[in-house]
Parts: sequence; C-alpha cells; structure tokens
Amino acid sequence: MINFETSEMIDQVRTLLHGMVKTIVRPIARYYDDHEHERPKELEAFKPIMQAGMGGGKRTKKEKKEIKQTEDRVGSNAIGVVGAEELAWGDVGLMLALPGGGLGNAAINAVATDEQYERFGMKYCAMAITEPGCGSDASAVSATAVLDNDEYVINGEKIFVTDGDRCEAVVVWATLDKSQGRPAIKSFVVEKGTPGFRVEKLEKKCGIRASDTATLVFEDCRIPRTNLLGDPDIRAEGGFKGVMQTFDNTRPLVAAMSVGCARAAYEFTRESLAKEGITIRYDRGPLEQTAIERDLIWMEAQLEVMWLLVERAAWMADNGRPNNLEASIAKAKCGKYGNIIVQKCVELLGPIGYSREYLLEKWMRDNKVNDIYEGTQQIQMIVVARRILDYGRDMLS
Amino acid sequence: MGKTKGSFEEGFQKSVSYELILDKNELTHIREVGMSTFSLDEDQRQIQDSMRRFALDKIRPIARDCEEKAQIPDEFLASSWNLGLTANIIPEKYGGYASARSVLNNAIIAEELAYGDLSLAAAVMAPYLFVLPVLEMGSDAQKEKHLPGFCGNSYNAGTLAVMEHDIGFNTANIKTTALRKGNKYVLNGRKCLVPLANRAQNFIVVASTVSGGGPEGVEAFIVDKSLKGVAIGEKEKNMGINALDTFSIDFQNCQVGMECRLECLDYTRLIACSRIALAAAAVGVASASKDYCINYAKERVAFGQPLATRQAIAFMLADMAIEIDGCRLLNWKAAWTADQKDNPLRLAYISKLYASEQAFKISDYGISILGGHGLIREHPVEMWFRNARAFAMLEGMLMA
Repeated sequence: MINFETSEMIDQVRTLLHGMVKTIVRPIARYYDDHEHERPKELEAFKPIMQAGMGGGKRTKKEKKEIKQTEDRVGSNAIGVVGAEELAWGDVGLMLALPGGGLGNAAINAVATDEQYERFGMKYCAMAITEPGCGSDASAVSATAVLDNDEYVINGEKIFVTDGDRCEAVVVWATLDKSQGRPAIKSFVVEKGTPGFRVEKLEKKCGIRASDTATLVFEDCRIPRTNLLGDPDIRAEGGFKGVMQTFDNTRPLVAAMSVGCARAAYEFTRESLAKEGITIRYDRGPLEQTAIERDLIWMEAQLEVMWLLVERAAWMADNGRPNNLEASIAKAKCGKYGNIIVQKCVELLGPIGYSREYLLEKWMRDNKVNDIYEGTQQIQMIVVARRILDYGRDMLS
Repeated sequence: MGKTKGSFEEGFQKSVSYELILDKNELTHIREVGMSTFSLDEDQRQIQDSMRRFALDKIRPIARDCEEKAQIPDEFLASSWNLGLTANIIPEKYGGYASARSVLNNAIIAEELAYGDLSLAAAVMAPYLFVLPVLEMGSDAQKEKHLPGFCGNSYNAGTLAVMEHDIGFNTANIKTTALRKGNKYVLNGRKCLVPLANRAQNFIVVASTVSGGGPEGVEAFIVDKSLKGVAIGEKEKNMGINALDTFSIDFQNCQVGMECRLECLDYTRLIACSRIALAAAAVGVASASKDYCINYAKERVAFGQPLATRQAIAFMLADMAIEIDGCRLLNWKAAWTADQKDNPLRLAYISKLYASEQAFKISDYGISILGGHGLIREHPVEMWFRNARAFAMLEGMLMA
C-alpha cells in the first residue's frame, strides 16, 4: 500500500539531529574549513548517537535471519538516510569527521562474525580500498595479503582513506592472489598501532576539509588471521559480489548527503532572496514568473524527486528487497543534481554566493565529492544501464 | 525494530546528558508506525496489470493508425467502456457500483493507458473530466441529474473546458467571464483544447465571475452544448495528439441558470487533480519511449555490436530510467496527498512541471537513440516526441 506518511520515529531522529547540527555543527563549520587537519573536538557530543544509532545499535548476537519481505518496516536504512541528510545539511565535512561513523563500521556490521564484532564493533573504523593505481576499478586492487601460519602479512599502499588518521582501525581490501582476480579480494581489519602500518600523509582538499583523507602504507604488516572479514577461501562465485553489496546500503546514504547539502543551499538561497523581497509566486504563469522564481521551483522539484529516490532505496533495504538498481538510481540522481543545485545557488546569489563570509561557497566545494565516492556518477550509470538492459560486465563496461 | 528503537532511546538519553537542545519528553513519543511505503497493494497492482494489458492489446496496435487518420473508432471507445472506469467511481445510488474514489488509482490508470497512447488514453478517460468534478464538487441535484447517464452500457463522453488560446494563459488567469445577471450567469469568451466536445452533451466550463477575468472569482459551470450562444469550432489541428478530437468553443452571451454553477467548486483541487493525471500520463509516454528504445538498442547492431553496449547510448537509457522512476514517485506522492484530503497544490504543480520536462527530454532521447529511423513514422518514437511536447502547456485534459 503506497504511503508517504513519515513515522514519528523518523521525525524524532530528524528533529534531534537538526537541533544538534544547528547548534553544534554550523557554528564551527567555517573554522574547520579554514583549519584543515585540526580535529574537531566539539563533535564528541555525537559519539553516543553514532554508536547507538548509525553504527547499527547493540548487536549482541549475529543472527542469521531469513530475509523476509515486509511492507512497512522502519529499519536502520530509513533511519540512516534521514540522519545522513540532516547531518549533511549541517556540514558534509564535519559529518564525515563524526567519531564512529566510519565506512569500515558499515562493512563490519554487515559481515563480521560475533567474535569479530566483539573486538571491532565499537571501534571507529575507516575503509581503505583505493590505491594509487586503482580507483573505481576496485577489482584491480594490488595490495597483498599472504597467510603465514596464523597471521596475514599485508603489503601495499592505500590512498583517499576517509578517517584514515583519526580512526582506531581500518578495513583494508587486499588480494590473496592477484592472478585469481576478483574472488581473491578480501577485506582485513588492521588496528592502529600494528607494526608495519603507518599513516603516510594527509591530503589537502578542495572541500570536506574537516574530514581527514589519508594515505596509508602497509609494510609487512602482520595481523591475526581472524581479522579477515567474511569467507577466507577463494571461490569463483560470490565473494567479490558480497563485498560490492555493501555499497547497496551505503550508496543511498551518500545520496542522502547530497540531498542534505543541496537542501541547505536551497534554503539559504531562498532566505537570502526573501530578504530582498524576492519570493516565489507559484500562482503566476511561466510568462510572469522571473527566471529566479523558475529556477527555485525547479530546484524544489529536484529536491523532492531526489529525496523520494533515496527513501525508496532505503525502504527496499529495510524490507528485504534487493535494491542494487534503486540504490544506484538514487546515488546517480542525487550526486549529480545535488551539485547542480548548489552550484546554481552560488550563481543566483552573485557575490554573496562567492564570498567566504557565508557557507554557501563552501557547500559547493564540499558537495562535489558526493558525486564521486561510493561509486562515481559514471559508475552508477553503468550499474543502472546494466540492470535495465540485463547486461553483464562483458556487454557493457 | 525494537532493538534499534531501544538503542536509539539510549542514544537520546546520552546526548541529553550533553545538555543539548533536547526536550527529554521527546523520547517518550518514539514509537513505531508505518512510514513511506513504496509498493502497490493488491488492488492497485490489479488495476495496473489490467490497464497495461488493455494498453498493449487494444491501444498500442491502433495508435499509429488513429494518429494518421486523426480519429478514434467508435468501436474502440465502446470496448474501453467495458473497463468500467467511470461506473467504478460512481456511488451505487446514482447507478454505479462503488464509491471508492482514489486519485492515486486514477494516476496509475492514466500512466498505464498513456503507455499505450496519449490520445486514446485521454479519450478513454474523458468521462472523468466531467464526472469527477460533479461527483466531488457538485450539488446533490447536479449529481442526480448527471451521474446516472455515465453508468449506462455505452460510452458517454464528458468534457471540461479550461484552456484558452492565449500565450499568457494560466489557470489563475482565466479570461472567459461568467458575469451575474439577475438569476443567470452570462458566459463570454473562447476556450480551446476541449477534448471530445463533439461527443459530449455537457461541458464543465471554467470562467471568472469578475469583469475582465483574472485570478479572482473563478467558478465552474455545467453547460449544455445546445444552449444559445455556444459555438463549437472545427476540430483543432496541433503538432501531436491528433487522434484525440479537440475543439475550441466560443461563448457569446450564453446564459446559464444559477443551478448550473458547480456548487462546491474547489478550483485548486480541480486543477491539482488534473495536473496529477497529466503528470502520470507523461510518465506513461516516457516509459513507452524508454522500453521501445531498450529493445531497439539491444537489437540494432552498429560497428559489430548492439547499440546498447555503447556507453553513449546506455547512459541515455539509464538517465531515462532514473528520471521515469523519479517522476513516478513524485506523482504518487502528489496523488497520495490528494487522497489524504491534504492540499495537493504544491506537489501537483511540481509533479506536472517535472514530469513535463522529463517526458519531453526522454522522448527526445528516444529519437536520438533510433537516429534517422527515429524520425520515420514507421516507428512510434516521433509520435511520442510530438505528444510529449504537449504536457508543458496542457491543463485540464485529464483528471485523476
């Protein structure tokens, strides 16, 4: 039954986070944009919430439940996208710097055994996939993991690791045997302080400066063999797909972030224009409306559509429906149009849009990454196209 | 869910200890209720299936021929009557067999029928243009007088006259006037794009009761075509939707009685419901183009491989699919809102705005994907391209 009512729980989450980002995040956003690599201590206030909510809650036992198709379950995905949207409305960079909200946590929540969850579940975990020689093509990972008695020996270099410096542990993608391709790629938890693991440098970036983006180096870094997440064997079927499926849950989150940032820009623009006496006259025909009015209405429609696509992808995940296509649809649409909206807002406000006196210019720099990580715009289009055409990698690459 | 709920409460509690802006009482309100649900229920799925079948079996095969001949066969309209669309929404006491009226269901119907063809879909749904306003906004007397006629065994056309032949036309700027004179209203003005005015006996005419027209005092009147001062023009010729008969109607000092005024007109809702239906039909036209192109691009070989294996083509198809999903969800939300008796004006407005833009873009892509063949009338994509152009300017041609 089609229903667009928002649950009270969702409203509560939104209200709570909105209040927090408004009072804690917005006031420090400019400071941490100017002071790249400084750790925002103010965000400690979010720690309990991140651990309780976004991190997946109290997972005492890993239950292998039969996936049941339901209709109106409000689960962690629905809550997650609302949280991501609202936090990104506050600040995309600071949101990424929230303690405990690392991408590695998503992977651990998804695949860790009880024993692993016990050890790593409450740690702040980053995710290291990208290498100097491979970006979107994650199957080309060349970091290696070699089993030596009861330890894996990790070697390789990882770049663009969000939270790579501030995290307590990192989930590293490495191959057991490069000649065996995708199925040999596994993920390993490496804790900070493990000998042979070091943070090489921090990137200086265009946007999301409050978030640390690190280069990590692993040189004969030895970790217990129990730190491998998932199936340790190389199987022709499933392994890599399993890792990629994590993205079905994280893509809607990034899409939601783009919606949040675009909404912030839209609201700021509307308020700024209203101060000049410019408001939207919905009741006028297109002949009478100004270009600015039509732009704003267009943005409003885009935001509405973007959010519905995110909600649908999250709803499917919460209700036991495979959402690979819908997650990519949400990510493709929101990543691209979130940026178009923020950029348009900067344009509409002239010098106000360009000035660092306001946050709008920063949002334009911050939001760009939402169309890049978790699969670029073009990767999403490939996923969508393959799905609707019923093509595999061999037919469309 | 209980788990997440509990841990969330805990999260709330802890954050309260940070003395944030939170009211502790907020915590006690957390409970689970239904939320946005994106699946159709069994009834809606049945409606969708049967309409899709009708669109593919009865509409699509004759659509091109109807377009070329610029007419719709009587037998087709007769067969469409068997779907029971109109009688379905009319209460039993007026001769129908149900009383459930759902904007969302009607939006689903509009999308599926328009997937077959826009002109034919508009003809099948034309009775709604008259029946829905009377049903929702008419007096008891008006319902008793007009509704039973739509519950018979044969197709009965109804229609609505909103649009005017004017660059600056918009629904809030109606130039046709209905000025009060004693116990009559006197209609003056010219309407255009009135579907099936040749077949319908009665029209609903939207006019302003203020001298000179404008946004104020808009009313709707049930006008019998045989009244003095009503002149129906020649069948209009437009860029597209040629199969559908549309007409201009001139009103010259046409006097209608007080009892013809639609008693409880909610003009905002009337326009909103029409926009929801038009946006739904736009989704249908866009989907038709997308599906046709997917098949074509997988079959047509260029440079030794199917067209669809090229990113330049595949990405256009992906964009079509993404936007169609977006248009549909926004349309469902607008329709659902109208069913909740909330004011659907804003959502209906942006739904139609968005769907018009996207449907045209998508049908334009449709031609591009077929290349030169896209412009040849052997393929339907050029027809969908012409039809889709209509949505941006259309008002009041469909009703949900």
